[in-house]
Amino acid sequence: MSTLHTVNKSPFERSSLKSCLDHVSAGDAVLLIEDGVVGARKGSQFAGALAAKNGACAIYALGPDLAARGMKASDLVDGVKVVDYAGFVDLAAEKSRVCAWL
Amino acid sequence: MRFAIVVNEGPYTHQASDTAYQFARAVLAKGHEIFRVFFYHDGVNNGTRYTVPPQDDRNLQKLWSELAESHKLDLVVCIAAAQRRGILDANEAKRQGKDGDNIAPGFRISGLGQLIEAGIEADRLVVFGD
Amino acid sequence: MSETKKKFLYVNRKAPYGTIYALESLEVVLIGAAFEQHVSLAFIDDGVYQLMDGQDTAAAGMKNFSKTYKALGDYEVRKLYVERESLDERGLKVENLMPVTYEDEDDDYAEKPSLIVVDRAEMSKIIAAQDVVLSF
Repeated sequence: MSTLHTVNKSPFERSSLKSCLDHVSAGDAVLLIEDGVVGARKGSQFAGALAAKNGACAIYALGPDLAARGMKASDLVDGVKVVDYAGFVDLAAEKSRVCAWL
Repeated sequence: MRFAIVVNEGPYTHQASDTAYQFARAVLAKGHEIFRVFFYHDGVNNGTRYTVPPQDDRNLQKLWSELAESHKLDLVVCIAAAQRRGILDANEAKRQGKDGDNIAPGFRISGLGQLIEAGIEADRLVVFGD
Repeated sequence: MSETKKKFLYVNRKAPYGTIYALESLEVVLIGAAFEQHVSLAFIDDGVYQLMDGQDTAAAGMKNFSKTYKALGDYEVRKLYVERESLDERGLKVENLMPVTYEDEDDDYAEKPSLIVVDRAEMSKIIAAQDVVLSF
């Protein structure tokens, strides 16, 4: 009965990542897409907040959006998994609902 | 599984329409069904055939129209949002006394009830926006 | 019309007027009411500003749609969840919000409040209980 949450904005610009992480339930998945992927970078200001949730929830970043912004999987906070659009679809199908933090 | 997709932003300014399009293709590639794509807020601007992006860039309206054609997708533009933003089909243009329409092939204009229906009929509804 | 009855949650996280999302979200809620689904609204972050009492848009030259929230009860929309932490962070109190009520037909049409203040943990549970989450 868990939820897939999507975050599409940089945490440096909007509060949506913080808000999302404040509202996730155990077993949920969080997928960072579009500018949201910058929040997953290792060493960034938000790395700690992501790492703290990673475990109770699974954190993902959309690979094509990482690539478009010159990032790769090894740049990310440990434990953040990279998925492509097919993986995005799988996550949406596996979870019971999708909640977009716009 | 049956998906519904909501696009809340127009093309180019935001990535929302691009992401929704790539997501839609992935849904179809996996053998799932798309019950409807609903365009709301500035998302209605995806449905004008008068956009002319540079030739070396993607043409989002065309991509959506082609996907609709090849997969019999139902692309619905919200009428209330469309009227605010000047997206018209032939009927609406006539009804509102405007001198032309601009709706792109594969898109149709209809009411917000179509969004609620999509939420009811689809197994998953995914929103893309700002 | 479909027989299915689903739980719809409208998530509002943006203040009114700066963008059109609050107004157009409300338009969906009004149309959606005719479909007889289970409907709740969530007001989180700046979304709580949508419910501020005493909104006056005259000088800004914009359409004031705040009265529509008060009419939601007539559309059988009776659950407006407001997040306590979002109010606190913004220096707001429940008293700053407009009264929104509905008439309870099972209790001699007594006027009852539609605004339900919940904390963040409760809001998470509300999200987790939905079939459809529409974010604006």
